[in-house]
Amino acid sequence: MNFSEVFKLSSLLCKFSPDGKYLASCVQYRLIIRDVNNLQILQLYTCLDQIQYTEWSSDSLFILCAMYKRGIVQVWSLEQPDWHCKIDEGSAGLVASCWSPDGRHILNTTEFYLRITVWSLCTKSVSYIKYPKACQHGIAFTKDGRYMALAERRDCKDYISLFVCSDWQLLRHFDTETQDLSGIEWAPNGCVLAVWDTCLEYKILLYSLDGRLLSTYSAYEWSLGIKSVAWSPSSQFLAIGSYDEKVRILNHVTWKKITEFEHPVTIANPKIIVYKETEKSARVETESLAFPPARAQASSLFSTKSKYDISQVPVTLQSVKPVTDRANPRIGIGMLAFSPDNCFLATKNDNIPNAIWIWDVQKLKLFVVLEQLYAIQLFQWDPRQPRLAICTGNSKVYLWSPAGCVSVQVPMEDDLQVLSLCWHSSGDSMALLSKDNFCMCYLEREEVK
Amino acid sequence: MGDWKTITVPALSSASKISYQNTSEKKMSPSSLNMQQVLRSPLPLYKSMHSFSSAFCTEENVEQSISYLNRELTTLGFPSLYSECKDKELNVVSVLNCLNELLVLQRKNLRAQEEVEIQHLKLGSDMDHLQNCYAKVKEQLEASRREIVGLQERDRQQQCKNRNLHQLLKNEKDEVQKLQNIIASRATQYNHDMKRKEREYNKLKERLHQLVMNKKDKKIAMDVLNYVGRVDGKRGAWRTGKTEARNEEEMYKVLLGGYEQRQKQLLVENAELKKVLQQMKREMISLLPPQKQKPKERAEDGIGPVLSDMEEDAVELNKENMWELSCETVREQLTNSIRKQWRMLKNHVEKLDNQVSRAHSGALNGSDVISREDHELETEKLELEIQQCKEMIKTQQQLLQDCYLLEERERLQEEWKLFREQKKNFERERRSFTEAAIRLGLERKAFEEDRGTWLKQQFLSMTSDHKNSEHVKTQSAYSGSSDPDNQLMNFRSRQKKPHCLPSVPPSEEFCQTIQHIPHNSNSSVVLNKTTEDSKPKQWKGLNKAETEKCIKTSVTEDF
Repeated sequence: MNFSEVFKLSSLLCKFSPDGKYLASCVQYRLIIRDVNNLQILQLYTCLDQIQYTEWSSDSLFILCAMYKRGIVQVWSLEQPDWHCKIDEGSAGLVASCWSPDGRHILNTTEFYLRITVWSLCTKSVSYIKYPKACQHGIAFTKDGRYMALAERRDCKDYISLFVCSDWQLLRHFDTETQDLSGIEWAPNGCVLAVWDTCLEYKILLYSLDGRLLSTYSAYEWSLGIKSVAWSPSSQFLAIGSYDEKVRILNHVTWKKITEFEHPVTIANPKIIVYKETEKSARVETESLAFPPARAQASSLFSTKSKYDISQVPVTLQSVKPVTDRANPRIGIGMLAFSPDNCFLATKNDNIPNAIWIWDVQKLKLFVVLEQLYAIQLFQWDPRQPRLAICTGNSKVYLWSPAGCVSVQVPMEDDLQVLSLCWHSSGDSMALLSKDNFCMCYLEREEVK
Repeated sequence: MGDWKTITVPALSSASKISYQNTSEKKMSPSSLNMQQVLRSPLPLYKSMHSFSSAFCTEENVEQSISYLNRELTTLGFPSLYSECKDKELNVVSVLNCLNELLVLQRKNLRAQEEVEIQHLKLGSDMDHLQNCYAKVKEQLEASRREIVGLQERDRQQQCKNRNLHQLLKNEKDEVQKLQNIIASRATQYNHDMKRKEREYNKLKERLHQLVMNKKDKKIAMDVLNYVGRVDGKRGAWRTGKTEARNEEEMYKVLLGGYEQRQKQLLVENAELKKVLQQMKREMISLLPPQKQKPKERAEDGIGPVLSDMEEDAVELNKENMWELSCETVREQLTNSIRKQWRMLKNHVEKLDNQVSRAHSGALNGSDVISREDHELETEKLELEIQQCKEMIKTQQQLLQDCYLLEERERLQEEWKLFREQKKNFERERRSFTEAAIRLGLERKAFEEDRGTWLKQQFLSMTSDHKNSEHVKTQSAYSGSSDPDNQLMNFRSRQKKPHCLPSVPPSEEFCQTIQHIPHNSNSSVVLNKTTEDSKPKQWKGLNKAETEKCIKTSVTEDF
């Protein structure tokens, strides 16, 4: 593994271009485009205010920078650095901004979710979509970019509108039987839309592309419901993580539950491998210390190395008792992700914040549990192979693959507290982001086996 | 004869004390009180007789006793003691007869008494036994009664507990239901409140929207340098009905594509499952015994005409290609037939299980003990055999070892003998060789001396003939000095040829004189020949022959 040097970053805004050639990073109000391989600065753009969001267009030719406070979106072109485009929402305000799949339209969500404005970069037309739903995943595009599903709310009822992205024609408009729609997501094959309700009610609805209700699933009543949802890459399974610390898998043929995965505190099955991260402090040889000590030496002297040990079952994991009188308690399955080859499912139970559970999808059984020393911040699958990268907020990055797992110290002078990470689309490298910096990590094919 | 009854006759009261000791009473009706007295063994006869005879009849009252006896006997049915003709005379015959009768009677009575006593004993022991049994059974009854009471008590307690638990469960369920109702009511209340707030919020949003729109904010605009081309390069199309229809079409195409794919997968899955089911059916049929199938089928279905139709259909549909149809009837047929086969197989297996278990248990019960004993005997026998075999093996091994040792020793001895013989032979040979060598040496010496003398003679004879011998130089043969003396050369060369002894010339001078190298020849061999040829004439005839002879003789002398 090779690490690049550290570069400045703000707001964890670091994105790879969809074609994998460029890396965009934001430092306050500047947008820096680098080449992925040698990290040389190719372009430097200056925006009007601190950038709060940035996104590449699907063809990697344009990049937008949204500044919510000012209500401005600026679009930059890579081919023509002189080209500029500024979209000012003015008093309408700006809450969210995103590209359309064709890379030529920008959808701005105004403040209070008053409306969504569709600005076109090709024509002079502007479209408005009224009554968008004020929820986090209110807009969903199909994988092939043809259709867009938008959650709306009118007269205290939820609706879904399906648009054709090519000409923004409203294809279907139907109401959903939800109390308070909390999220929508397309299946990767683009034929089924999953719509789930607020966490006060466990309900997930499956609609087909033409707006018919295919199935409803509700596991239980009254207790807090769905926390996270993930489709498998083949659209065969729908994994639903809920507040009762279980993941339920629905199959695409009958839309019935085929199994549920529990996340208990004690693991007793001897067939499950439990990797526990343990610290081993480096021995300090007092004779070879130079005075004054060099900076690099100093940091490496006191940095603690860690490695993975295989714990013997039965293993009891560290669990956190949630505060019951607060809203949005830290219990339940907060993170769910399928591996790109559809073989593994990685989950995190917020009750047990230090552990990642990896399930074998073929056998529908628990495969591996990774127990870290600190709470998991983020994990992400390699886009090409079943390899999971994990960061826990310390200066290490962890990689797991079916062959084993490894803990890698980021060799920087000052400790880089890895808060987030981002894989390159080829799976050969990833960007490790901390609060103020980021660095690139290049993975060799033979190393992590 | 036994016991005499003590007659409660006042006359005999004096003797009753004594007789009481000796006799045992015999009553008409057996009573338990006298059982102990019955058990006392009857004393021998003569004792009682003695005591009795003194008590009953004395010399004075003979007549009275006779008359008394007669009275008694006649009342008992015996003939009179007195003779027929005279009254006071004793009929001895009749007396004896009476005595005999009485004896016989006595014996009979005794036997009867014995029998009765035995029976009495038996009955007594039976009674004891029965009483013991009765006591035991009573005890058991008591114990079981107590147990029952205890169990009933426990049962009652358990039922109480059960009722309590049921009650608790009901309470809990009620509470749960109540809580759920509470939650439901609260949820509706919250929803209602939420809706109210949302409506208010929507109103605010509308108002805000109006304000925003009305303001005609010039700022809400897009400022772009130039418009960018579309991704696919074409120009944007107007939104018409056609495009709408096209969009709908596309959407349906996408959906249909997805469905078709799924249907294909499901078809494949179905085909595989059908294949598996058919295979299972075939295997099940093969497992079951064939004769049981037909009658069972008929018995199980039991509906005549309908059955035959179904069977015919089944037969028809049994053809493999018919299974490809995925219609309802085919599926039902397949599942029904498999269910039938499975039931039959299950019954068959259950029957076999029963048989096996019965056989197993039967075998175990009967031959359990025996088999174990047999097993033990067998094991003992086998152990003995093993011991014997081991011992045999040991002895045989020892014998073999001894054999081998003996063989080895014999071989060794033979070899030693051979070795010693050979050694002796070698010694002899060595000695003979050494002797021969010594002899050889001596002979050689002698020969050399002879040769020397002979040569001297020759030389002397030669020098007497020729006075040219002074020309002969005293140079060695190797220096290549010329020597006119060919003959001697010839001789020397010839001498060299026949015997290969290392030629140690006895005298140097002599050799030198002999050997001469003429001018005209190069090699010694050629020289020999040429010298032989060149000057053979003078000496050929005489000296050659002589020398040859001499040589031959000397040579032959040596060897």
